[in-house]
Amino acid sequence: MFSDVEFLSRLQFAFTIMFHYIFPPFSIGVGLLLVIFESKYVITRKKVYENITRFWIKIFAANFSVGVASGIVMEFEFGTNWAQYSRFVGDVFGSPLAAEGIFAFFLESGFLAILLFGWNRVKPGVHLFSTIMVALGSMMSAFWIVVANSWQQTPVAYELVEFNGHMRAVITDFWGMVFNPSAMVRFGHVLVGAFIQGSFLVISVSAYYLLKNKYVDFARKSFSIALFIATIASISQLFLGHEHGKVVAEYQPAKLAAYEGLYETQTNAPLYIIGYTDPETKSTYGIKIPGMLSFLVHGDTNAEVTGLNAIPEKDWPPAAMVFQSYHIMVALGMFFIALTLFSWFLYFRNKLFSSRIMLRIFMFSVALPVIANQLGWVSAERGRQPWIVTGLLRTSEGLSKSVTAEEVIISLILFILVYILLFFVWLYVLDKEIKHGPTDENSPEAGYQSEEDFAETISKF
Amino acid sequence: MDFNVIWYIIVGVLLMGYAILDGFDLGVGALHLFSKGDHNRRILLNSIGPVWDGNEVWLITAGGALFAAFPEVYATAFSGFYLPFMLLLIALIFRAVSIEFRSKEENKRWRKGWDIGFSVGSIIAAMLFGIAIGNIIIGMQLNSERIYSGSFLDLITPYTLLTGVFNVVMFAMHGAIYLTIKTKGELQTQVKKWAYRAYTLFVILFIPLTGLTLLQKPEMIANFSFGNVELPGAKHELILDHQFAISIFAWLVVVLNILSIMNIPRMLSKEKYIGAFISSACTIGALIMLFALGIFPNMIISSIDPANNLDIYNGSSSNYTLRTMFFVAIWGMPFVIGYTTLIYWTYRGKTELNDSSY
Repeated sequence: MFSDVEFLSRLQFAFTIMFHYIFPPFSIGVGLLLVIFESKYVITRKKVYENITRFWIKIFAANFSVGVASGIVMEFEFGTNWAQYSRFVGDVFGSPLAAEGIFAFFLESGFLAILLFGWNRVKPGVHLFSTIMVALGSMMSAFWIVVANSWQQTPVAYELVEFNGHMRAVITDFWGMVFNPSAMVRFGHVLVGAFIQGSFLVISVSAYYLLKNKYVDFARKSFSIALFIATIASISQLFLGHEHGKVVAEYQPAKLAAYEGLYETQTNAPLYIIGYTDPETKSTYGIKIPGMLSFLVHGDTNAEVTGLNAIPEKDWPPAAMVFQSYHIMVALGMFFIALTLFSWFLYFRNKLFSSRIMLRIFMFSVALPVIANQLGWVSAERGRQPWIVTGLLRTSEGLSKSVTAEEVIISLILFILVYILLFFVWLYVLDKEIKHGPTDENSPEAGYQSEEDFAETISKF
Repeated sequence: MDFNVIWYIIVGVLLMGYAILDGFDLGVGALHLFSKGDHNRRILLNSIGPVWDGNEVWLITAGGALFAAFPEVYATAFSGFYLPFMLLLIALIFRAVSIEFRSKEENKRWRKGWDIGFSVGSIIAAMLFGIAIGNIIIGMQLNSERIYSGSFLDLITPYTLLTGVFNVVMFAMHGAIYLTIKTKGELQTQVKKWAYRAYTLFVILFIPLTGLTLLQKPEMIANFSFGNVELPGAKHELILDHQFAISIFAWLVVVLNILSIMNIPRMLSKEKYIGAFISSACTIGALIMLFALGIFPNMIISSIDPANNLDIYNGSSSNYTLRTMFFVAIWGMPFVIGYTTLIYWTYRGKTELNDSSY
C-alpha cells in the first residue's frame, strides 16, 4: 500500500483537496453575507451594521488566507503528481484554470486589499464596492474550477489526437467545453452549498453570543440575516441537487447506480432513505421507497433506471462508500431545510432567541454543512472512479512517471504535519476572534513600540 | 509570429510580473528577521500587507497559463521538480499564513514563531525559484519521452545552488529598496543600509555567475550572437529571419541591465527611492528577458540529447486552444493591469499602522 505511487498520490490529492475545501465555501458564503451586512450599513448608517461588517471581515480574512495558502498547492498538484493526466487534459483543463487566474484571482486579490485594510482609507461606497467584487471574485473562481472538474465528469466538445506518442484530448469548441452538460448545475450546487456553510458559521457564532447574553443586538441581526440566506439556500439545494441527479443519471449512470446501490437495471427502481450496500453480494439493504428513484430521475415510477449490471465490473465505482457519502449528504441537506424552517416558526412566535436548545443546536451545527460539502465532493469524485476523465482516461493512467513512492510519502507527511498545525492555529485564531467579540476599541499595537527596542536596533548598525 | 511564440511571451510576462512584484515581498520576508522590535517588524509586514496576495496571483496565473498553453512543459517541469516543488509550496504556505496569524496574539513567542515562518518561508521560496531557473539554464535529464529521468539530488548542483543564492540576494536587494519607499526615519536609515549591503553582495555574485553561465552554456547567447554561436537543436526561424534586429535588441537589454544595476546606488544616494526601485525592477526584468531569449524556442533543455528538448511546439496545446486562450488573455489583461494599479495607488506612500493592520 505504501509503496504504491497511485494509492499515495490519490491519498495526497484527497487530503490536500479536502483540507483546502474547508475554506473556500466559508469565503464564498461569508462573502455573500458581508455584501448584505455592509449594504445595510451603507444604507442605514447604523453602528451595529458597521460592527457586524467589521467583525466578519476579520473572520473572513483568517479564513481566506488559509484558503489561498492551501489553494496554491492545488494549482500545481496536477503537474507534480498527475503529469500524464496533465498531458492528456492540459489542452482542455488548463484553459479554465488559466481563466480562473485571470478573471477571478486578480479581481479577488485586488479588492481584498481594500476590503481588509481600506475601512478608514476609502469612502464607504468604495469599500462596499470592493466587498462586492471580492464576493464576486470568489464565486467566479468557483465557476471556473467547477467547469474544469465538470468536464472530467461529462467530457464534451473535444477530440482525441495523438501527440508526442500519446493520446490527448483537444478542445473543438471552447464554449461547448465551458458549458458542458454538468457544469452549470454543478456550479449552482457548489455555490449554494457554500452559502449554507457560510451562513451556518454566522448563525453559529451569533447563537454563541446569544447563549452568553453578549452583543445581543449584534447577534440577533446577524443571526436573522444569515438564517434567511440559510433557509433559501437549503431549499434551493433540494431542487439543484435533484437537477444534478438527473444529469448524473443521464451521463454517468454508473455513478447514480452506485449512489443508490442499484445492481439490476429495473423499472420502479427504489430510493433508499437509509441503508447499506454490499457490492460483493450485489445486494442493498435498508428503508426504501419503491419506484421513487425512477420517479426522481424520469418523473415516472415505471421508468427504467440503469443498474450496475449494465456496466463492466472493472468500471464500477466503489459503491459501498459512495452509497454512504451520498446518503449522509442528502440527509444533512434535509436536516438543514427542517432546521431552518422550524426556526422561522419559532422566530415569528418570538421564541427563537430565547430557546437555549435551538441556540445550542445552531452553535454546534456549523460543522454539518462542512461535512455535507465534503461528502458531496467525495460522492462526485469517488463516484467517477475508476476514471479520472469519465470514459476516457483511468486514474491509474494519469500518474507522473518520474515520481517515486518515497517522494510522495515525504510530501504527504509534510502536508499532514503542516495542515494539522494550520488547522489548529486557524481554529485557535477563530476562537480568539470570536471570544474577543465585535467591539474593537483598543488597538493592538499600543504599548508595543518600546523605545529601548528601537535604541538597541540602531546601536547595532 | 504564431500563437506558440505569443504564448511563450505571455508566460514570460507573467513570470516577469511575478518576479518583480512577489520578488520584493519575498525580499522583505528574507530580511524580516534582521529588523528588531515588534513595531519595526509590523511596519515591514504591513508594507507588503495589502499587496502580497495580489503578487502571488501572478504565480498562480502563470501556472494556469503554463498548464493551458504548454501542458507538456507544466507536466514535465512540476513532476521533475517534485520534491523541490513540494518544499516551495510548503514555504509559500508558511509565509502566507504567518503574515495573517502573527498579529492575532500579543505573546512574544507566538509572534517570534510566525516571524521565523515568514522569513524562512520567504528565503526558501526565493532560493528554490533560483534553483529552478538554474536547472533550466543548465539542462535537465529529459529522456526520449521528454520526462525527467534524474533524481532529486541531480537538481542540486553547485551551479544551481549559486543561482538559488543569487536569487535570494537579488530579491533581498529588491525588497530592501522597496522598504526605503515605505519607511521613514530611523527604520528607513536602517533599510537603506540593507539595500546597500544586498546590492554589494548582488554585484559580487552577478559577475562570476554571468561568467560561469557563459562558460558552461555559451549557447545561452546563440539567439543574439548575430549568427555567430550555434544553438544545439535548431534556432527558431523567427530568430534566423531577424538575426540582426534581435541581436541588437538583446544587447540593448544587456546595456539596460548594466545601466540599471549601476543606477541603483546612484538613486539610493540621491534619496530617489522610487527611481532605485524602478532600476532594480528593470534589473530583474532584463535578466528574465535575457534568460527567455537565451533558451528560446526551448522551454526545458535536455542534458541528455537536444532532440529531447521540450520547446514551444512539442510542449504546447493545440492551435485552437492557443488562439482561444489568447483572446481570453487579451480580454483579461486590462482588468489585471487595472486592479494592480488600483491597489498600489490606494496604498501608495509610507506604511502606517492602524487598527486593521497586521
